[in-house]
Amino acid sequence: MHVQLTDEERAFRDEVRAFFRDRFPEDIRAKQMNGVPLTRDDYVRWQKILYEQGWAAINWPVEHGGTGWKPVQHYIFANEIAAANAPDMVPFGVKMVAPVIYTFGNEAQQQRFLPDILASNVWWCQGYSEPGAGSDLASLKTRADRDGDHYVVNGTKTWTTLGQYADWIFSLVRTSSDVARRQEGISFLLIDMSTPGVTVKPIITIEGEHEVNEVHFENVRVPVENLVGEEGKGWTYGKVLLQHERTNIAGVARSKYRVARLREKIARPVHGAPPLSEDRNFLRKLAAVETELHALEFTELRTLAAVAVGKAPGPESSILKIKGTEIQQAIDHLFVEAAGYYALPYLPQQYAADFPVDERVGDGNETLASLRYFNNRKASIYGGSNEIQKNIISKHVLGL
Amino acid sequence: MDFSISDEQSMLADSVSRFIDNDYDFERRMRIAESDERFSPEVWQTCAELGWTAMPFSEADGGFDGGAVELMLIMEQFGRGLVVEPYLANVVLAGGVLKRAANAEQKGRWLARIIDGSLQAALAFAEPQARYDLGNVATRAERDGGGWRLHGTKTLVLNGADAGLLVVPARTAGEQADTAGISLFAVDAAADGVVRRGYKTVDAHAAAEITLDGVAVGASDLLGDEDAGFEALAGAVDDATLAVCAEAVGIMQTMHDKTVDYAKQRVQFGVPIGSFQALQHRMVDMLMECEQTRSLLLRAVMLREDDSPDAARALSELKYTIGTAGRRVAQEAVQLHGGMGVTWELDIAHYFKRMTAIDLLFGNADWHLDRAAGLR
Ligand SMILES: Cc1cc2nc3c(=O)[nH]c(=O)nc-3n(C[C@H](O)[C@H](O)[C@H](O)COP(=O)(O)OP(=O)(O)OC[C@H]3O[C@@H](n4cnc5c(N)ncnc54)[C@H](O)[C@@H]3O)c2cc1C
Repeated sequence: MHVQLTDEERAFRDEVRAFFRDRFPEDIRAKQMNGVPLTRDDYVRWQKILYEQGWAAINWPVEHGGTGWKPVQHYIFANEIAAANAPDMVPFGVKMVAPVIYTFGNEAQQQRFLPDILASNVWWCQGYSEPGAGSDLASLKTRADRDGDHYVVNGTKTWTTLGQYADWIFSLVRTSSDVARRQEGISFLLIDMSTPGVTVKPIITIEGEHEVNEVHFENVRVPVENLVGEEGKGWTYGKVLLQHERTNIAGVARSKYRVARLREKIARPVHGAPPLSEDRNFLRKLAAVETELHALEFTELRTLAAVAVGKAPGPESSILKIKGTEIQQAIDHLFVEAAGYYALPYLPQQYAADFPVDERVGDGNETLASLRYFNNRKASIYGGSNEIQKNIISKHVLGL
Repeated sequence: MDFSISDEQSMLADSVSRFIDNDYDFERRMRIAESDERFSPEVWQTCAELGWTAMPFSEADGGFDGGAVELMLIMEQFGRGLVVEPYLANVVLAGGVLKRAANAEQKGRWLARIIDGSLQAALAFAEPQARYDLGNVATRAERDGGGWRLHGTKTLVLNGADAGLLVVPARTAGEQADTAGISLFAVDAAADGVVRRGYKTVDAHAAAEITLDGVAVGASDLLGDEDAGFEALAGAVDDATLAVCAEAVGIMQTMHDKTVDYAKQRVQFGVPIGSFQALQHRMVDMLMECEQTRSLLLRAVMLREDDSPDAARALSELKYTIGTAGRRVAQEAVQLHGGMGVTWELDIAHYFKRMTAIDLLFGNADWHLDRAAGLR
């Protein structure tokens, strides 16, 4: 047993590191540092750079444009992209709908959709949740009724992340209510957001940003060729996707990056106060979070090692999701504590590119600490809430 | 030992509670919070008419002689209503210093107008380098003829942008962190050299960063004795700490109640989510935290009313618990509301933000645990 990278792995790491250093656009980097929300254009521009490098779809099979990386390479990549503070690919296309399309979609669908996902030509969003169907997703009510060679879709999806930017939405819809199990009447449908009858309404979240939406369908006509796989099998496909989503959510590498930033921050005296690194209480809390994080990093590596020898990522991904989000949220709160009173001014506008830096209140972006803390309460709620993850573990791991 | 409150106190609690129910529903609160005005002058006038702005002041000063109990009763309801009007900043903090340190002439000039609602005042209790240490005052007052000139920077001055009167601690002697050598000055907010940058806080209250650049104050603006202002400052901040703790208890209770209600209504998997034992236990934990915290609140109030030597420690135990148990209750309330809990539309999110701010105000959980442990 050893933790060092091999020479080959180290060379790979250096290559990835150099790429992020040289190719990650300065203006987007600045926004990321300042916590300014990225625009649609920022995301797309960056994703196209990743695409040119061949790293847009690192998780895909090689035949569709993936990398064929070994788990350790994924691990290295995740660490480097986090260390560069570069955004991940927006997951809805490349990490969510694409695996469903290349696994269950037909040839025509693969040819039609995958290249545009790979090249970030088309923005996707995820239409699963509904006002009445959150944790209990199978109770979803959005209907798709067959009418000739179209489905007519009616209903409401909600919490649709970045749906305001999306060209297409992949949706779980009810194609039949005449079934023994609720799950059996659900189908996986791809819907062009520009179809008449689709409306998107913003939902403002706790910290004041527009990140999620409600998407309404009123007699939206969707060609039957946009059905993925078989009618009534959408639930099975959708679940495959959720497991991808979950490991993604753990965010171990991002948390490592944030802990490193926090250590940097508290080592500096700010506002003429002694550095917080002289505060025993704070150091102990930080060490406690880091301990959890180190444990999770190795738990994740163990999962990756198991996948490498051919085991599918199973319900264990729920452990990563729960622990990963708890750690993220603990770090979020430490940033709030570190900022002290400077966590309180509500001044997101002072991080805009044209705002004079020397007129900002607070050191660096510390007034954003609380907004981040508020916003990220979502982490234990979405992607299957942490309570639901525990239900999954007790049922499928413990057999209870 | 007596937990009962007097008839007058019970009438006060009813009147604040009725005001919240009838005149300060969440919709109105959000309208005020989201408007350009930082609070509602109309609501403020109501606070004065109903006597709340007079409550903590002695009868000799034109007040109602209220103490810790009255403060608790008012603030707990203000917590439930998420009131953004600057009661804490104006009446408890600035008023708290004035009532302790001002002479009769000064009280006539300012306190009377705080009581009748016509003056907004603020206490500049925080400096950037000080974190939560009130005695750490770098702002200097330099002798200039019969008066002084003030130089320094104050942060998070609650109500600072709207205040006509700023109560400013400044150093007239001693080293930066000495409690001795701090003097208190009444500063006209419109005076030359006062630069204010106002903003709203994340919990929709109003504050300002203030720099003082050679601001002239006269002998009649000195509150209390020169070099001896710390006690009045600390006393007012202790009152304010108790006030936000009472507010927090009101918030915790409300978040708990709303969560239980929600769990009874929200149906998933064909049943109310409150029927899941995993969530039942979580709500029971919340209830226990609420009850324990309320006990500490009552204890802190009663020891304070009795002028007990344990009062300061009791207050720190309470504030520590607000920062720990209170934070857990707030987080659980959001979590159990699912996605709805993180929407701007629902009150839960705004209670959450206020709880977060209260944890930081006047020293966070760690800071007060240190104090309770005798380490500060
Ligand atoms: C910021 C954000 C972004 C999102 N983005 C998307 C998106 O892009 N696309 C999309 O489709 N969805 C998205 N979601 C929706 C998300 O998946 C749901 O919020 C989540 O599934 C929880 O559903 P709910 O909000 O209806 O809460 P509910 O299901 O009503 O849950 C309320 C509470 O009850 C608990 N609970 C429910 N059932 C049980 C049980 N059986 N046992 C124990 N506890 C239980 C929950 O854990 C939670 O604490 C997003 C949500 C948020 C907050």
